[in-house]
Amino acid sequence: MILGAILVLLAAGALAWAAGRFVSPNAPRWVSMLAFAAGLAWAVLEWQGGAGANGLYAEQFIPWIPRFGINVILELDGLSLLMVALTMFLGIVAVVSSWDEIEAGKGFFQFNILWVMAGVVGVFTALDLFLFFFFWEVMLIPMYFLIAIWGHENKGYASMKFFLFTQISGLLMLLAILALVYFHHASSGELTFGYKALLGADISESVRLWLMLGFFVAFATKLPSVPVHTWLPDAHTQAPTAGSVILAGILLKTGAYGLIRFAVPLFPDASQDFAWWAMLLGAVSVLYGGAMAFSQSDFKRLVAYSSIAHMGFILLGVYAFNELGMQGAIVTMIAHGFSTAALFMMAGAIQHRLHTREMSRMGGLWVHAPRMGVMTLFFVVASVGMPGLGNFVGEFLALLGAFRASVPLTVAATIGIVVAAVYGLYLMQRSFQGAPNPDVAAMRDFGAREMSVMVLMMAGLVWVGVYPQPLLDMSAATIAKLGVLP
Amino acid sequence: MTALQAQALLPYFVLSGGIVVLLLLVAWLRSEVVAFGGAVAVLVGALATVPWAAQAGPQLIDGMVKIDGYALFFLALFVLTAIATAVLSYRYLGPRAVHRQEFYILLVIATLGACVTATAAHFAGFLLGLEVLSVSLYAMIAYPEEAKPPLEAAIKYLVLSGAASSTMLFGMAAIYLANGTLAFGYDGAGLTSSDRAILALGQAMLLAGVFFKLSLVPFHMWTPDVYQGAPAPVAGFVATVSKGAVFAVLLRYALASDLLDTDALHAVVVVIAVLSMLGGNLLALLQTNLKRLLAYSSIAHLGYLLIALVLAGAANGNPDLGVETGLVYLVGYFLMTLAAFGVMTVLSGEREDAEELDAYDGLLWRRPVLATVLVVAALSLAGIPLTVGFIAKFYVVNAGVAGAAWALVWALIVGSAIGVYYYLRIVFAMIARPADGVDAAAGAHWEGLVTAVVLGVATVALGVYPSAVIELAQGLAP
Repeated sequence: MILGAILVLLAAGALAWAAGRFVSPNAPRWVSMLAFAAGLAWAVLEWQGGAGANGLYAEQFIPWIPRFGINVILELDGLSLLMVALTMFLGIVAVVSSWDEIEAGKGFFQFNILWVMAGVVGVFTALDLFLFFFFWEVMLIPMYFLIAIWGHENKGYASMKFFLFTQISGLLMLLAILALVYFHHASSGELTFGYKALLGADISESVRLWLMLGFFVAFATKLPSVPVHTWLPDAHTQAPTAGSVILAGILLKTGAYGLIRFAVPLFPDASQDFAWWAMLLGAVSVLYGGAMAFSQSDFKRLVAYSSIAHMGFILLGVYAFNELGMQGAIVTMIAHGFSTAALFMMAGAIQHRLHTREMSRMGGLWVHAPRMGVMTLFFVVASVGMPGLGNFVGEFLALLGAFRASVPLTVAATIGIVVAAVYGLYLMQRSFQGAPNPDVAAMRDFGAREMSVMVLMMAGLVWVGVYPQPLLDMSAATIAKLGVLP
Repeated sequence: MTALQAQALLPYFVLSGGIVVLLLLVAWLRSEVVAFGGAVAVLVGALATVPWAAQAGPQLIDGMVKIDGYALFFLALFVLTAIATAVLSYRYLGPRAVHRQEFYILLVIATLGACVTATAAHFAGFLLGLEVLSVSLYAMIAYPEEAKPPLEAAIKYLVLSGAASSTMLFGMAAIYLANGTLAFGYDGAGLTSSDRAILALGQAMLLAGVFFKLSLVPFHMWTPDVYQGAPAPVAGFVATVSKGAVFAVLLRYALASDLLDTDALHAVVVVIAVLSMLGGNLLALLQTNLKRLLAYSSIAHLGYLLIALVLAGAANGNPDLGVETGLVYLVGYFLMTLAAFGVMTVLSGEREDAEELDAYDGLLWRRPVLATVLVVAALSLAGIPLTVGFIAKFYVVNAGVAGAAWALVWALIVGSAIGVYYYLRIVFAMIARPADGVDAAAGAHWEGLVTAVVLGVATVALGVYPSAVIELAQGLAP
């Protein structure tokens, strides 16, 4: 069934491309919309169906390359299900946000969106390291196309940088995967890429730190964390709106997911030893991302840098090595998915209307577009960490967990929340408040289509902010099963 | 010769007998269609007899050639490549040469030479096969009559390749002096220390010649020039079959003679592999001509392939896994290289080959099917999943890790990281929007288009379901 969902997305991609060529240029977006809606419905049904005795909502096993002990192993536990549901939902958001933005190659555009998401669903469910790596790279190509074809003025540079960072760090992970498999093979005589078999691999102390770093670098690049973050501002800024929504909303989460699912459980001891350094990177990311966000004049770039800051909390939470921190990281993944997707959608909508991302050419937009103003305010406030909304819960839990692990780093990261308030309000003031910019004569406000997804994302954030318990229960089950906490 | 040996040799009989028939045929009937059809029929016939030949089991014939699964695997690979090359050349040659019949015969002769090279268990078979292959290639490269670049490329290849062959001959002579036999396998126990020195010298010279044919750094200088001058389909054939044949015999010789047990030679192979991976990829960065770019990329790929040789031949290595890696890698390399040259052939005009990267600007919007094939080929060469190139890269990284050859693995990682950049440049050129709207310059080269699509589909199919080729390649160590 999981493979079925992935194949449906892939097939819908081919169908969308064909529909764009042979039916009508506007047919592809409906194909995508239907595919993601079906995917979301499937995720909700699995959730309603409840988990089996083994904590799984669905699982699948198909032999693939027996020569190397590689199998198609797909499992849907609480964490995976949450992430898959978010993926499908953000797929809808991405389609809506690009509803009339794309003019050329509409079919191929939807093809790429669907294929990225298929890769993402694979990443969130694969429990065979080869398969995981396979999907990890499958998400890469369509994302490259999205930026390189439909991106803005500097798309060639941005797409190449994105690809190179991800690809090179991915190669390091591939090397680490193979080395892990080989050391496991040498010690146990079993050649397998299966996650569960490798969990208890007996790896000598001298190499396991290096193998862990192979995984860590790949995931930290995707997350991204300082110092491998430099692809992100370029890629996010240059990508078309749907691309930014997908990148920030879900692709960054694959890095966080990888840390939680693979880097830490596969190498618990090495990760413990490395934890302080990872938390340091997290704290630096929070402060650095915040400071850089504050110094941007480009709406989209500001939001992009703020993502680096928010992802820093995830590193802090994961490497705090306690349940609170881990849950904080997971809640932040979900909440940031909503809030940043909404802000990027807003940035895209403004750019579509004003043909600029420069905040100096905005100002007082609230007058023209009050609905957009309200929405921006809501999501800025959410992203800043207002209590009662999802981001607050996530970051608060992450900090609470981190506090037990390292007080100085937590204090430093907490300062980041203040910085966030500064750049968040700065963004709001320069774009929507203040004296109306005389250059902007009029601006179309959000219509029903845009408002409906915005409202859905608002509801999501309020739900996570006010009643996060179901989320915490689901993630707690997964965390307990990972068995990495002391 | 026993009946079983004759059965094992059947595909080779079909090829050589077919060549005689074709020669007589075109002497009487000057028809391109007949020559083309006849050549394809001979190739298909040879392929059809492979299962029978395989039933005859491994046969060492007069100590000269060994027909085993390994040899037949290469025969099938080469013959399939030759069929693709013939189909691609058919419409390509039309405006370029007046007498086109002999081209197809040369193609079959070259294929026969390559297949014999892969069977060699003795230096006579080695040299005979290799020269039959090379001499046919000179003529095939120079085949377009009017144009100068092919002629220049052919002469360059002739002179340099001749020099390499003579170096190899010297090496063989030295090896014979030391061993007293021209067979690959021998008992080295009775060698004196001076014999060993001569043997090592001979093997080093042999390797120099072989590395020239494989175009590994620093013996690679000819490659970009010859690729650029050669007609596109022939360049594809040179890039695949001639290198595959030489690699096949190198692997056979290395395994039979414990070549890499000599520490110095082992070190040389490792250094050359590293140089090729880095040098090929770095030089490819500078190219704006697709043929030259593919030439440098092939240098790098042959460097990756040496990892398989090192794993197979090293004293602490794993011959079975090493050979399997080499075979799987070559299948992937053949598919993606041919796909790239196939697209180039279909796009080529009546005089000029579509070799400058500019010619590919906006191809995705002008010729979506062809562009998709080239995107697949480029991504496969870069080793991205969903393509056979990823499986191939997975295999060589795996081989490097299995043989604990960390220097090679790191060179591979750095090399592929550089490689991604220039392969993406091809992709980026194709997805750029054409400045002047749509042009529908779709030539009616449908059989070339079909070939390119088949190669592209195979590249993806084996990337998703690699077991098909893995099962064939397993346990074929000669």
